[in-house]
Amino acid sequence: MSNEMFLSANEAVAYASYKAGCKVASAYPGTPSTEIFETLARFSDTINCEWAVNEKVAMEVAIGGSMAGARSLCAMKHVGLNVALDPLMTYTFVGALGGLVIVIADDPGIHSSQNEQDSRVLARFARVPLFEPSNSQEAFDMMLEAYELSERFQVPCMVRLTTRTSHTSTKVDVGADFGPGHAAPKPYIKDVARNVAAPMFARMMRVKVRQRTEELRTYSASETTVNRIEEGDRSLGIITASIAYEYVKDVFGEFSILKLGMSNPFPAELVRRFAAGVERVLVVEELDPVMEEQVRAMGIEVVEHKTELDMMELNPGRLLTLRAEILGDVEIPVVHRADVGLPSRPPVLCSGCSHRGLFYVLSKLKATVAGDIGCYTLGAFAPLSAIDSVICMGASIGNAFGMEKAGHKNRLCAVIGDSTFFHSGYTGIQNVLYNGGSVTTIVLDNRITGMTGHQVNPGSGETLSGAVAPITDIGAVARAMGYQRVETVDAFDIERMEEVLKAELDADQPSVVIIKGPCRISAGLMQAGTFAVDATKCKACGACFKLGCPAIVRGETTAVGKRFQATIDPVQCSGCGFCVQVCRFDAISRIR
Amino acid sequence: MKTMNITLVGVGGQGTLLTSDILAKTAALAGLDVKKSEIHGMAQRGGSVISQVRFGDEVHSPIIHEGASDLLVSFERMEALRWRHLLAPTGQCLINDIDLIPITVSSGQQPAVTDLQERLEAEFPDAVFLDAISIAIEVGNQRCMNMVIAGAISNLTPFSAELWQDTMKNRIPAKLLDLNLEAFSRGRAVTAPAVV
Repeated sequence: MSNEMFLSANEAVAYASYKAGCKVASAYPGTPSTEIFETLARFSDTINCEWAVNEKVAMEVAIGGSMAGARSLCAMKHVGLNVALDPLMTYTFVGALGGLVIVIADDPGIHSSQNEQDSRVLARFARVPLFEPSNSQEAFDMMLEAYELSERFQVPCMVRLTTRTSHTSTKVDVGADFGPGHAAPKPYIKDVARNVAAPMFARMMRVKVRQRTEELRTYSASETTVNRIEEGDRSLGIITASIAYEYVKDVFGEFSILKLGMSNPFPAELVRRFAAGVERVLVVEELDPVMEEQVRAMGIEVVEHKTELDMMELNPGRLLTLRAEILGDVEIPVVHRADVGLPSRPPVLCSGCSHRGLFYVLSKLKATVAGDIGCYTLGAFAPLSAIDSVICMGASIGNAFGMEKAGHKNRLCAVIGDSTFFHSGYTGIQNVLYNGGSVTTIVLDNRITGMTGHQVNPGSGETLSGAVAPITDIGAVARAMGYQRVETVDAFDIERMEEVLKAELDADQPSVVIIKGPCRISAGLMQAGTFAVDATKCKACGACFKLGCPAIVRGETTAVGKRFQATIDPVQCSGCGFCVQVCRFDAISRIR
Repeated sequence: MKTMNITLVGVGGQGTLLTSDILAKTAALAGLDVKKSEIHGMAQRGGSVISQVRFGDEVHSPIIHEGASDLLVSFERMEALRWRHLLAPTGQCLINDIDLIPITVSSGQQPAVTDLQERLEAEFPDAVFLDAISIAIEVGNQRCMNMVIAGAISNLTPFSAELWQDTMKNRIPAKLLDLNLEAFSRGRAVTAPAVV
């Protein structure tokens, strides 16, 4: 009997973990992976699930769970794996006891990330089995298989999603027996030679890893059912995986397909058998040519083509272009565009966002601002134009300090959000202090992880499962490290913020300035009030436009010279009052 | 049935995601294969957003080919033009009659479009225009604008009103349900004469 649900692959991962009897689960939010743990929290009756402070800690917690014999899960976006790679690279030597599944969500096309990476490369690097579901049903089934495989071969398993699979919902049969799983925990045994990765033991582990990889290659070639040949027209044979499989089914559906649900270790024998049965072999994969290079290395000829598939997100249209090139039997439909001359619509800080005042001030002070990862990255864009650089989680502080060491003389500061500070800001501020820098670290403290959809963090006073948690005081942390200059400022007080920042940016000592103000959305303040512009007082000076507030729009018919008066869209205004503070003509007042 | 492709576009925060979710779950409830794909994250902050729903006997790609949407639902007027290339030659278009001025225009970096209505009428001669925000305010809350639009979509899809309402009952919190059901009914009623 089926038990059908409609789930995204992220949700399916959570449902499968529940059914598999996962006990320990740790993650840090990051688009497109976040909903995995938001869903998992519904199952906190049997799963100890948490938001870790960063991905490395999440990986370490999940490894601990596995070492103690429990089925364990960690999840992160692709760049999170960069942070968490260190523990993984050694636990792959030690080997799992309780099943350990690591879910990585790549972001082909860079929808909501700082770069594009193909985590399949890291699965090979870590010598771990890699599952690549094409839809939510497969995500569910492969998670169950991954937990089993992890225990059988004592190996951490990786399941790779992409933005498209993570955020596509499809039907999933979770089984009539769906419920909390009761996988028997493996008994913990103290075994130094097994669990201590010191050189004398690690050398033995290294040999074991090679043996295990070859055993897994046999499994992927001949035992698992997720690698399968779909017979079709044998004039062309297509090797594909992940979401690319679905596009292949739409565009090349009549040909033979080798569908690889488990692509690492690469099932060489299966690939050889498939290639021998078709006239030509084509490899269709999203991002790096990971499979294609392995097929070529086996001495198998692969169809060459000029259609570029090796970066950004695939789609059916790109495969149609490929088909037109290599088979010449389809026409590329002429697409009628109507977007000529349309103004772009980039994402923007929400109306009422507590970050807006800081960027207005930093822009005015002409500071050099090393930025960080979060909603506040949007402070880089016009008209705020306050942020100079963004690299990765926590990088702002080290980046600013490096610029100082390079002799950059301008007012220097790092801007980082509270969750990003907890993630990897501590070490940065310690380094500035220890090595004699004068960087001002500005923490935008709204007590929530905003960009990924308002997850709680060590500043929120609450955990993922809803338990009360101690609130970390960032100022107290800085003072305990030895910072002499620590200030806290109300995010909505522009005058005071300017006064404090002028003093701190010009000081010779390092400082930490905490800008406190709630996230307008998570605090439920999006309709907290409405302001309006008095047209008889507005001098069209443009000061309020510099806030970059989506609610402040140009008056259409009241041009004074080349300038425009301001109006406020009552639908979008959330009543924060920043515009009142920057208006020198008292033209703006609250109407509701 | 032949796969039906529906693209919903709008501006982050307008409630496109809930609408596409209810549409997709209604198709699933009708026993069809269905895929719903959307992009979250940075785009949520007032950027241009898109979600795609495909349903039929068997659906593979969650992404709709360019020029293959049977229905384009635009929650904002300008966005209809931005995503025009997704619409099939025989496709229909439903446009919510509201303008949200992008920050690039309100801050003076890029010029406003002055001939928007003319361009819309030229591109979509048979479009259904819907003033969903006014209806939502009449019903009692501007935030149920998306369910007014869902009501209008329901006239253009092969599912009964009852099936839509069943999905809404499962998906929307009880205290907001009546308001949203009313919004849905109003959107359905006001656009009913516009279609065969």
